[in-house]
Amino acid sequence: MAVISRGFTGRRREQSPDLPPGQFLTEDFPVLSAGPTPDIDTADWEFTIRTESGQTHSWTWDQLMALPIEDIGTDIHCVTRWSKLGTSWRGVSLDTLFADVDTTDAYVMAHSYGGYTTNLPLEDLLDGKAWIAFEFDGEPLHPEHGGPARLLVPHLYFWKSAKWIRGLVMHSDDDPGFWEQNGYHIYGDPWREQRYW
Amino acid sequence: MTSGWKVGTVVSTRTETPTGRSITIDVPGWPGNIAGQHVDVRLSAPDGYQAVRSYSIASAGDDEWLQLAVDRLPDGEVSPYLVDELQNGDQLELRGPLGGWFVWRPEVDGVPQTTDVQLIGGGSGIVPLVAMIRAHAASGSSAKFRLLYSVRTPEDVFFADELKALAGDTLEITWVYTRQAPEGWPTPAGRVTLDALRDATFPASGSPAVFVCGPTGFVESVATWLVELGHEPASVKTERFGGA
Repeated sequence: MAVISRGFTGRRREQSPDLPPGQFLTEDFPVLSAGPTPDIDTADWEFTIRTESGQTHSWTWDQLMALPIEDIGTDIHCVTRWSKLGTSWRGVSLDTLFADVDTTDAYVMAHSYGGYTTNLPLEDLLDGKAWIAFEFDGEPLHPEHGGPARLLVPHLYFWKSAKWIRGLVMHSDDDPGFWEQNGYHIYGDPWREQRYW
Repeated sequence: MTSGWKVGTVVSTRTETPTGRSITIDVPGWPGNIAGQHVDVRLSAPDGYQAVRSYSIASAGDDEWLQLAVDRLPDGEVSPYLVDELQNGDQLELRGPLGGWFVWRPEVDGVPQTTDVQLIGGGSGIVPLVAMIRAHAASGSSAKFRLLYSVRTPEDVFFADELKALAGDTLEITWVYTRQAPEGWPTPAGRVTLDALRDATFPASGSPAVFVCGPTGFVESVATWLVELGHEPASVKTERFGGA
């Protein structure tokens, strides 16, 4: 039984069924980053998927832009408790990028420019659930939000949507990434409030 | 690490700035916290409605109490209650401590930390840095600390007297006033610049640990300049609040 906070009535009382438990709505776009924002030129940008056999699949920026590009309308949920509903993005589906990738590993470690990492099950990246996104709200993705390109996995807390994405490495085990080693949940489902260990 | 919610009772509050105050809360069963960590605060209305927000903790150590310092957001739901309504004896719930990255420990595996530490705070971004300064002072650590503290006006300084009292051989403080400087201040009010940052902080050559906390725009500028000044990105830890 929760204690009552004397005099607290609550102002917002958001009732949207799209709002996961313990989240509040924001129109803003807050920034959560562990360090400086890296400066990445798309001329130098490359995205690589590496499998357990050592095989790599790489795309330059121009090669990524030549792939089928999808419009994505989605809600996003940050572990720090803000949610933003109905955001619009453009990006390339991970289904497209994994089309020719041969792997039996079930897990993925996402690696970013600047050294950030986050772990995900491969199945959470496939079947229309994840993208490499490079546009937000009709504009090129700002560097502080992960530009030129970030992973977009909106059904999980947003720290899983690694900013400044540079590659995915297949793992046989669900090894913890950066925040997962620093107190955040290994999976991060906002509907089950998987925030912390 | 974060077993359930604990009931806290407010034991004291103190007005720090025109929009902010510090709040000391007794939390039986609180496991203590490392300097720089934060805590989830949950408020419950009589009809069961709840709101939760994360706040940095201004205190550090093993005690079963903690101190928050909160700035009132004009359109906020929780911060106006904490700043304007909360009184001694009131109860709220807390869960934590949270976060294992933006932290400073006096010693690691029994070995005292001697790495220089550069703290850079904007506005209420000072809160986790104050926890580090307190942990540093309480431990008698020989690590050299420097703080660059950017505030709008002298009135907006959190923990002003305590910080001034702690400044000394192992803590050097540089104040930057962005809107209005004190009477007779040698430099006009203005935002932190690359030059000011270079002059007031440990050089990259000494490989200091750097902690930057503040509004997103402030942290973006400072962190980018630190990298330009030669700091390893991995040695610059940041916490941002607000939108971009």
